[in-house]
Amino acid sequence: MSMNSIRDTFFEECEELLEALVEGLAQLEEAPDDTEVVNAVFRSVHSIKGGAGAFGLDRLVNFAHTFETVMDKVRDRELAVDEKLIGLFHRSGDMLSDLVASARDETELDDTNEASLFQELESYLGPGGEEEEFSFEAMTLDIDDPSPIAIDLPSENASSEHCFDIHFKPFKTLYENGHEPILIFDALAELGNLTSEVDLSGIPSFDEFDPSDSILSWKLRLTTSEPETTLHEVFEFVEGLCVLEISEGEAGTEKAGKPTVLEPVREAEEKAIGTASSGDGTASSTTEPNATPQSTASEKQEAGAPPVQPKENRGPKPTLRVDLDRVDRLINTVGELIINQAMISQRIEELDLPTVAHLTNELEAYKLLARDIQEGVMAIRAQPVKPLFQRMSRIVREASDATNKKAKLVTVGDSTEVDKTVIERLADPLTHMIRNAVDHGLEKSKDREAVGKDPTGTIRLSASHRSGSVFIEIADDGAGLDRERILAKAIEKDLVAADAELSEPEIDNLLFLPGFSTAGQVSNLSGRGVGMDVVKNAVQALGGRVSISSTPGKGTTFTIVLPLTLAVMDGFVISVSDQTMVIPIASILETIRPNARDVHIIGTDSEVVSVRGSYVPIVDVAESLGLTERQGSRGNGILLLVSTEGNGLTALRVTSIHDQRQVVIKSLESNYTAIRGVSAATILGDGKIALILDPEELIRLGHSGCADPLMPQNKMELRHG
Amino acid sequence: MTTKVLAIDDSRTIRNLLRVSLEGAGFEFHSAEDGQEGVEVFPDVDPDVVITDINMPRMDGFGVIDTLRSGPNKTNVPILVLTTESSDDLKSRARSSGATGWIVKPFDDASLVSVLKRLTGHVG
Repeated sequence: MSMNSIRDTFFEECEELLEALVEGLAQLEEAPDDTEVVNAVFRSVHSIKGGAGAFGLDRLVNFAHTFETVMDKVRDRELAVDEKLIGLFHRSGDMLSDLVASARDETELDDTNEASLFQELESYLGPGGEEEEFSFEAMTLDIDDPSPIAIDLPSENASSEHCFDIHFKPFKTLYENGHEPILIFDALAELGNLTSEVDLSGIPSFDEFDPSDSILSWKLRLTTSEPETTLHEVFEFVEGLCVLEISEGEAGTEKAGKPTVLEPVREAEEKAIGTASSGDGTASSTTEPNATPQSTASEKQEAGAPPVQPKENRGPKPTLRVDLDRVDRLINTVGELIINQAMISQRIEELDLPTVAHLTNELEAYKLLARDIQEGVMAIRAQPVKPLFQRMSRIVREASDATNKKAKLVTVGDSTEVDKTVIERLADPLTHMIRNAVDHGLEKSKDREAVGKDPTGTIRLSASHRSGSVFIEIADDGAGLDRERILAKAIEKDLVAADAELSEPEIDNLLFLPGFSTAGQVSNLSGRGVGMDVVKNAVQALGGRVSISSTPGKGTTFTIVLPLTLAVMDGFVISVSDQTMVIPIASILETIRPNARDVHIIGTDSEVVSVRGSYVPIVDVAESLGLTERQGSRGNGILLLVSTEGNGLTALRVTSIHDQRQVVIKSLESNYTAIRGVSAATILGDGKIALILDPEELIRLGHSGCADPLMPQNKMELRHG
Repeated sequence: MTTKVLAIDDSRTIRNLLRVSLEGAGFEFHSAEDGQEGVEVFPDVDPDVVITDINMPRMDGFGVIDTLRSGPNKTNVPILVLTTESSDDLKSRARSSGATGWIVKPFDDASLVSVLKRLTGHVG
């Protein structure tokens, strides 16, 4: 593992911690006294600080430290959580997130905001806490250059040699805390010349022997050029756990008595303290002739100890981190597998064998297996939208601050899982839509109060799975779209003919025209150069669509509909004129083989079909795609009933339906070029390429043949947008 | 024989850093994500030394020390506390609860290794 990959993991972990922080703060609002929540929030910031310190990210460390110190006061109940403090925590969390991002991307961050947040945070710390001593040295990790551990070797020719006499008598607790006198002596021996003398006089008779007692004491003499403080450092951990007396004697004079070199003493000592320091029986007792019944008992107890707790309370589920490339390669291969399976099916069919029941069954089983594998693989890429949704609470906060409005975000269905790429590419459009919802959708608090609404506006962000698609809704409870103004604006901007008569959905869809802005003046929020057209393009690039619905006085809802996966889908294999094509099953409500008397011609060439008493417009797919000329009589064909966001029910006429199967989506844009009405292509069982149709776009193409109220030069944009 | 380390820290980053430092210095490295997991895997790992963070979910570092020092399977394996706080108060609390030593984050590679050597007798 290289330092870079550890660094990457750190930033990944930061993202998770920041998410946990946001979530914790939201919980804290609900339950300001919940100790667990306070602790969790504290830990998020604390862990970021800890990791940042390891990489020498001082700015991040400093801010996290101040932030954490204020939180610590909440933990200690010195500070009560109120709305103001929660607000400050939220903003500090945002700043932390910015600092993490700037550290990760190695960009400079404008610090005016940081300074004022520092001040605000410090105002909670009181006069004493402000200048709290806090030094955090960047660590020196020589990972790519593993140098030997620096040990201060005694210099033989040092002019200032000292001689220290040390009296060391450990207490029982020294052993209990896991210390070994030998190792301490080893550390001393590294400093210079050490001699030691063990005092065995405390050893009691065998009957009175308690193996957990501390019995031995030592007299040590160290000749070294190191100062006394270095000696104390060696004993740092055992201070208070022993009698320790260090006195400086004369250098070079060996003490009278029985000077012993370290090694022999060490052996003797090992024998002597072998039992003394291992009273709980964890050390091997076979070499100890005087192992007491006590220690044997505890060994038995250990052997018969209950097994490790079953893993029911194990906190987070175990996860595995996998390189995304590997998953994508697997997905690709599975795609090929599905094509291969389709080909095998087709070949067998072509052989025209007599019906062999078990072959068919096995082939069917193969198909199901391939499908299970595919779904399993796609599930690896699926992630809950929660982190994405959580980020939006910050956008709402910032947008409401910037516009002086009061707004809160409510999220629904944030455990809904969506493809990772979709989540990533949805972040920008969603951000823009949320900003819009606050900026343009919600009214000012006063205006809301005047009409009897809650002064705090609500942005509702929800996600759900419906009929093989992912639905994401952004709803505000604002004033609703001002259609008159939208139309006026569109006319003023020359986007629509002055005498155009547009239906309400058509007016709403004007918002998606490039460069459209409804704000009376360009506010600092909307002046970011991103329009709803960009949102629409981004969603379409993901194979999705976006639509609007709005009720005056009640609010506006944007709905984004996305495919569950970007790789495979269920489709009908159909014939259109003489071409084989695929249409997504998800979009088809039902198929109809109409009776001639149910099809009616309206005007010159518009057709409708009567379905259970209501009339549904017919769009001929071949005509829409320009495969056939418009004819008077189009024959019967088969009608696919499709429901679309903007146009209600429509019947698509195709020549015939062959099969229903799973197809692997191959992007047309990356392999060829975008074609209107066609969303992608696939490879069929016979190895031929078939186009995958986009019903929504086809219907628009079909309707464009009707009287069009829009000016010709804008047709393309409007249809597309 | 290699010296086995069990590192208990809820930060993946710190666990990674410890792994790199300690495996580089010849230790056998094991880790746990919080105190609860740490004391659960302790008998299986059977480490020669434990390194533990203080502030962790489910069970904190003091909980780890208490469990290892006074539970039914009590042990006197060295326990090193890895903490961002360097206050004397914390040190004396750690010492009185049974910690063998402490290292202040951000830890310095060389001093961590030398402390571990001093506590375990490990030869790298």
